[in-house]
Amino acid sequence: MAHRILIVDDEPNIVISLEYLLKKEGFEVKVATDGDSALLQAAEFRPDLVLLDVMMPKKSGFEVCESLRADASLADLKIIMLTAKGRDTEITKGLALGANAYITKPFSTKDLVAQIKLLLT
Amino acid sequence: MNAKTRFVLAAVALGLLMTGPFLLTVGILWADIGAEERAGFLVAMDRWLPIGGLITIVTLFLGVQLLRALFQQYVHGLLRMAETLRLMLGANRNFRVAIEGPPEVRELAHAANDLAQQRDELLDDVEAQIRHAKATVEEEKNRLAALMSELAQGVVVCNLDGRILLYNSRARLQFKALAQGPTSMSGGALIGLGRSIFSILERGQITHSLENIQQRLRKGSAEPTANFITTTRGGALLRCQMAPVLGSAERAEKEGIPPSPPAGQGGDGASSQAAPAQELIASPLGAELQVTGYVLTIENITRNFEREAERDQVLQTLTAGNRAALGNIRAAVETLLDSPEMEADFRERFMRVISDEASAMSTRLDATMNRFADSLKTRWPLEDVLAIDILAAAARRIEDRLKLPIKHEEQESNLWMRVDSFSLIQAITFLAARLQDHYEIRELRLRLAADGKMVFVDLIWSGTTVSSETLYMWELEPMNVGNETSPLTLRDVVDRHGGEIWYQREKTAHRAFFRIVLPAAATPDAPVADQAQHLHSDSRPEYYDFDLFGARDAEGAGVDIERKLSELAYTVFDTETTGLEPSNGDEIIQMGAVRVVNNRLLRQEIFDQLVDPGIPLKPAGIPIHGITEAMVAGQPRLDVVLPAFHEFCHETVLVAHNAAFDMRFFQLKEESLGVKFTQPVLDTLLLSAVIHPNQESHKLELIAERLGINVIGRHTALGDAFVTGEVFLKMIPLLADMGIVTLRQALDAAQKTYFARIQY
Repeated sequence: MAHRILIVDDEPNIVISLEYLLKKEGFEVKVATDGDSALLQAAEFRPDLVLLDVMMPKKSGFEVCESLRADASLADLKIIMLTAKGRDTEITKGLALGANAYITKPFSTKDLVAQIKLLLT
Repeated sequence: MNAKTRFVLAAVALGLLMTGPFLLTVGILWADIGAEERAGFLVAMDRWLPIGGLITIVTLFLGVQLLRALFQQYVHGLLRMAETLRLMLGANRNFRVAIEGPPEVRELAHAANDLAQQRDELLDDVEAQIRHAKATVEEEKNRLAALMSELAQGVVVCNLDGRILLYNSRARLQFKALAQGPTSMSGGALIGLGRSIFSILERGQITHSLENIQQRLRKGSAEPTANFITTTRGGALLRCQMAPVLGSAERAEKEGIPPSPPAGQGGDGASSQAAPAQELIASPLGAELQVTGYVLTIENITRNFEREAERDQVLQTLTAGNRAALGNIRAAVETLLDSPEMEADFRERFMRVISDEASAMSTRLDATMNRFADSLKTRWPLEDVLAIDILAAAARRIEDRLKLPIKHEEQESNLWMRVDSFSLIQAITFLAARLQDHYEIRELRLRLAADGKMVFVDLIWSGTTVSSETLYMWELEPMNVGNETSPLTLRDVVDRHGGEIWYQREKTAHRAFFRIVLPAAATPDAPVADQAQHLHSDSRPEYYDFDLFGARDAEGAGVDIERKLSELAYTVFDTETTGLEPSNGDEIIQMGAVRVVNNRLLRQEIFDQLVDPGIPLKPAGIPIHGITEAMVAGQPRLDVVLPAFHEFCHETVLVAHNAAFDMRFFQLKEESLGVKFTQPVLDTLLLSAVIHPNQESHKLELIAERLGINVIGRHTALGDAFVTGEVFLKMIPLLADMGIVTLRQALDAAQKTYFARIQY
């Protein structure tokens, strides 16, 4: 059965690439464009992995990550955080809040896919 | 016994001496002879006595006359001479003893006069030396003050009580900029001679730094200074360096500084601040040094901080912002490359993403460059200068070194640039020298213009044309002119300023020019008018008063009315009002005040503010005070100005001419504005009545005239405050002559005068 992936990002310009790429890799993909709908979809769609952007309006990626980790029913969920900042302090924070991996923009699509596959095996 | 009694006694003695022997002889004869001989003797006496008596009386009279003449010449003459000598000793140095009387007295007079002459010469010599020494000290003090005022950093010197003894204009400007709200209108009221530094800086911080310095001094540190960064009440960041002012213990004692801290100084922590500072410190030379005060070098680094923050933000936008965009592009490109089978409309959407993101990135870059141009500029120590000053300096240098005549074309006079003036002038001179050497130009014209955020400096010449290539070549040569060499090239200088240079021709005018473009600077830090005021004041700068070094604070806050008038700090003020009847709704429309500290009128420490009265001005008053509706429109109301004035005159005695009138206005506002003036008030009108009770008028201008004061700028509140202040300073010694020395005595005397009964 295909793994389910939820993309959470408010920028359509990155979403289009990610969505296309991951579908092509055979994943079942859904997109949320802000923190609140990300939490809703996480409950409904029950993804195996979330690609989570840090900088979003309203709720930041960090907050979403914390909420997801607070939900015991989502214990197996893998989270990869995407960020444009890439400061060491920020990466440490993301990992501390429960992200499984942290990827800094710009990134190579090959690396991203490899990372996803690694986490889902 | 005075001279007269002695004369009478001498006359009596003379009489006895002349008659005594005769009577004695007669007595002895009478006792010795027999009865009939006595009868014969009586007959003989009867016949001769009148003649003998007459002779005796005549000789006695002659003797007394002789005695009188001698008395006149020797006794009275000497007494007169003594009086003259006393006069010469005290009141009139130039007086001399009159040469008269007998030769002995004359000789004495001559000797006394010679002695006086010698004394005068010595005194003159001493006085000349004192004058000279004083002048030298004064000159040194003034030189110091002048130097201080030129420093780019704020400098404040305080005594151990935290009273300000010296500050420079930069410190004043800094604190003026810091002053927020009501204090700003008093021109940086926070800083002033004799004022407390603790109204600006934390007391604890100062105490702590002083302790650190003490410790370092004890350890024999070569640099007993302390640094700290502090925030003001207004939230600005200040970097301060504190250095101690050391005086020998001996000198400190002479100046009345107690060796141990006075107990309970002002209560809250003041004694803990004074305690370590009073300790004696053994200097390496063995002499004991005492900290008598400290120098604070103050730099407002708020702006540096903001600039740093701005730089940070630039980095952020350039990295974070572009990372995201680049991430989007990269993902799209890689997807495209990996998916050759992608359908056309999908491919189209991916291409659109790349194009959009790329152009967004360019826009963002441009915006960043524009917005943060200032923070991205090079870190050379550039300063804000008037462009026209640079051109004038360059012109002088060119004419001096190259003997090349300079003409000035239109030059905008108020353009400011941020430049390193030395290297820029060097660059202009270098270009002029090259033009002269290679193209034999006979004259160079300088032009100055502005375009937006840029300043154009043009070097214009007519006739010969130069090729752009030549300029390129010159740009890369070291700027050597004559025997002056420079490691920099023209290009270095232009780059350093973030500028550009090019060659251009004005074909119609048969001229060509080099144009150097430099970034314009924003409004400079220091207001020009303020500096001018400082430069033009003919009296010595009033930014320091070292006589306050030894001054100690009185117990507790406020004003001690038992202190001498000459030792107190005053706020001399005046108000202009809509009319003369405060109880009938007249209002204050202008307040002016100036401080008097240590017997000096501090012309820089002033309060000068128009007030919007909230009611129409009376036409009758306008010719008197010269204040129009337009002038008060938009000015703050009294509810802002009066509290500010209250702060300005904190811990000082109020002085005004006809103070009752002004105080009545204040009293009527006390309740509604919640400011109460509780300090003592002196009235120059009443004091004038004390000093000259027989004069009819005690109008300010008449008193000023009586006391020999030039009146200028009257009938503005500040102008009148200046005159009142000068009058008051002249009155202090006159009052002292009448035995009125302390503030209490002055207040009592004023109370008693007739005028005190007038009520408004």
